[in-house]
Amino acid sequence: MEETRIGVFVCRCGTNIGGFLDVPALVDYVKGLPFVVFSQENMYTCSETGLTEIKSAIVEKRLNRVVVASCTPRTHEPLFRSVCKEAGLNPYLFEFVNIRDQCSWVHMQEPEAATEKAKDLIRMGVARAKLLEPQEEIEVGVIPSALVIGGGIAGMTCALSLGDRGFEVILVEREKELGGHLKNLHKLFPIQEDASKLIERKRMDIAKNRNIEVLTSAKVEGINGFFGNFDGTVKQKGKDIPFKAGVIIVATGAEEFKPIGMYGYDGVKVVTQLELERILSEDRLSVKNIVMIQCVGARNEERNYCSKVCCMTALKNAMRILEENPESQIFILYRDMQTYGTFNEDFYRKAREKGVIFVKYSLQKPPVVNKRLVRVFDEFLGEELHLPYDLIVLSTPMIAHPDSDELAKMLKVPIDEYGFFLEAHVKLKPLDFATDGVYLCGSAHWPSTVSESIAQAYGAASRASIPLSRRHVITEPIIAAVDEEKCIGCGLCEIICPFKSIRIEESPNGRIANTIVASCKGCGVCGAACPQKAITMNHFTDEQMLAEVVALTTER
Amino acid sequence: MSQQDGFDPKILGFLCNWCSYAGADLAGVSRFQYPTNLRVIRVMCSGRVDPTLVLEAFIRGIDGVMVLGCHPGECHYILGNYYAEGRMKTLQRFLEIIGVKPERLLLDWVSASEGERFANLVSDFTKKIVKIGTLSTDISKDEFQKRLLAAKEAFSQHRTRWLINRERELLVEGNVFGERVDQDDFNKIKFESVVKDYEKNRILFAIRDKALSVTEIAQTSTLTPQEVLRHLIIMEQNGLVTVSEIDGVKPMYKKMRG
Repeated sequence: MEETRIGVFVCRCGTNIGGFLDVPALVDYVKGLPFVVFSQENMYTCSETGLTEIKSAIVEKRLNRVVVASCTPRTHEPLFRSVCKEAGLNPYLFEFVNIRDQCSWVHMQEPEAATEKAKDLIRMGVARAKLLEPQEEIEVGVIPSALVIGGGIAGMTCALSLGDRGFEVILVEREKELGGHLKNLHKLFPIQEDASKLIERKRMDIAKNRNIEVLTSAKVEGINGFFGNFDGTVKQKGKDIPFKAGVIIVATGAEEFKPIGMYGYDGVKVVTQLELERILSEDRLSVKNIVMIQCVGARNEERNYCSKVCCMTALKNAMRILEENPESQIFILYRDMQTYGTFNEDFYRKAREKGVIFVKYSLQKPPVVNKRLVRVFDEFLGEELHLPYDLIVLSTPMIAHPDSDELAKMLKVPIDEYGFFLEAHVKLKPLDFATDGVYLCGSAHWPSTVSESIAQAYGAASRASIPLSRRHVITEPIIAAVDEEKCIGCGLCEIICPFKSIRIEESPNGRIANTIVASCKGCGVCGAACPQKAITMNHFTDEQMLAEVVALTTER
Repeated sequence: MSQQDGFDPKILGFLCNWCSYAGADLAGVSRFQYPTNLRVIRVMCSGRVDPTLVLEAFIRGIDGVMVLGCHPGECHYILGNYYAEGRMKTLQRFLEIIGVKPERLLLDWVSASEGERFANLVSDFTKKIVKIGTLSTDISKDEFQKRLLAAKEAFSQHRTRWLINRERELLVEGNVFGERVDQDDFNKIKFESVVKDYEKNRILFAIRDKALSVTEIAQTSTLTPQEVLRHLIIMEQNGLVTVSEIDGVKPMYKKMRG
């Protein structure tokens, strides 16, 4: 076996690390650690100079393990891995030690203790590095077609964008026709365009696009497979239609919260904004005094979020009413106005100019509705107002579809406490799920405006088209590997795997667990459960983790 | 170092890549300060943490272990944190059974945006460990080693691992008949299993190198002679132990090799 030759690079990160930790002492300390043949400090390891130094050390010192002690693997591991790769070293023989975000920055008053901590951390990293093994990236083929679930504005836009790029798309809509939530809207803010026109345009474009197959009154019943190779069935009018797709886009939208039992809601004299839209589109509004109440059923204990589209909806409808009938008197009772964005702020100002009266109330003192009056405590005036009304409009939040949970389980993607789908990372992967090959757009993610839904739909289509056009994907080799000698086929791993990525299969040696390479995400739930210790989690093996514990508890 | 009574505990944290490790990074970016005692091992998911590794850390002299995952429902791997919860809660309760303060093991959730919460958790946990003192304040060092080694074996056994890892499924989704199992009933079965596996391993450790009588085994393993005898009968049937000689009227038991 080849001798282990570890090189350690300690980064000063300017003064971020160097200003608090004794970096020369760390470099000196590292020299005494087993298998370390080279160590040095860098002003910035991630700079061109630092990276070149790593590369030349790999070649000149014949390093076969590289340890960098610096910021955090979450931002810089990919960079250092690729440098190792360039120098001919397998990128999985690189180990990161976090001595900035989790050391120098959080112990700024205790430089000595922090330096001792950094020594421990590097010692642990070196011990782990010794046991690292090269991993080969895994390549999987991709079926060049997409399944788009949900035919609202987000789903339609996304399907069109993918169809235009030449990919086959199956667009599944649960209702009789495409359009989703948009069908219930009258005008769109802030431009006061007819919602129906927008739907019509999208529907026509879809009808003309040969790549898009539309299945209405249909529901996805089952999804199997994994990134690049999904399959399953869509149920349409009692018929099972099988599908195959390389990627899946979730665009299932959201629905309006019905404020049953709140503020005398009856759908006639007290209605929701959506019901008002219908009245407006049918031209049957004939009242003068209108009171709108914001945040009904939102930003409270039960539903502690801002639905963020209702303020603009209220403004839009108020302006529409004033346009038709300038004599109307409109009060908007709000807690905070959410009208971010250039056009929207202008819209808010215009509404004030036109005479819409805004009254701020608090969660502790909500308005009270009786037969003739709305009584509300104005937070700014510090007194109670009595507002006569002909119509009360309640602005209620968008809520997740009750069956989002079912779909989430089918796709093996997470939803949040309110039932909205949860993206992989707020900033780094806002339109991707943690499950590769599944993407997200529109209000299924979070209540969003029509413009936001469209923007997200283009984004999701663009994300999805990367693997579709490449025709193959590379997946991280951090997955479970089964030792056939040790496995007794008990099946615990198969039962508990959150991704159904490990299966018991018959083999010449009997029943043995088998990892489905393309869908295993490498969480390690099976590895920590296997009674036979037959499962090795690549790159996070029992031995590697134990080595860190041993190194930590063995003082040097 | 900075602790008043000179006790500077060793604290180990298992942090999941997606939430708690990111939260720990954010604590740094935001410059929230906390004590220097924590050393972190990054794992992809809190569901990767094997209870036997936590026990190994205690055996090797770590004073406190933190296992931090994503908040319930926010796991990057959907259910990993629920498995972590099931395992760590079982382990906490079991530590208590064998006389180790369960507070030495902390299970909690930190999201990627909770830098301050992370710093506070570490500060509070460190303070707590300083207050409860070294491991040897719980039980004597020798006895402590014996107990933890047997506990580690117990948490490696098939029956115990099946029970711990199927808990969520049986309680939430139900068994093959669609019946949901009652939490109290399940706990009873689960802890009986762990305790039995533990006692069995205490006995095996005691007679690993030399043959002992029932009374002697009872003394070194802190079990009652009745308990020891009950286990020995079953273990003898299963070929784990054998009577190597009879000292007068006392049978002397020894661990079978292999």
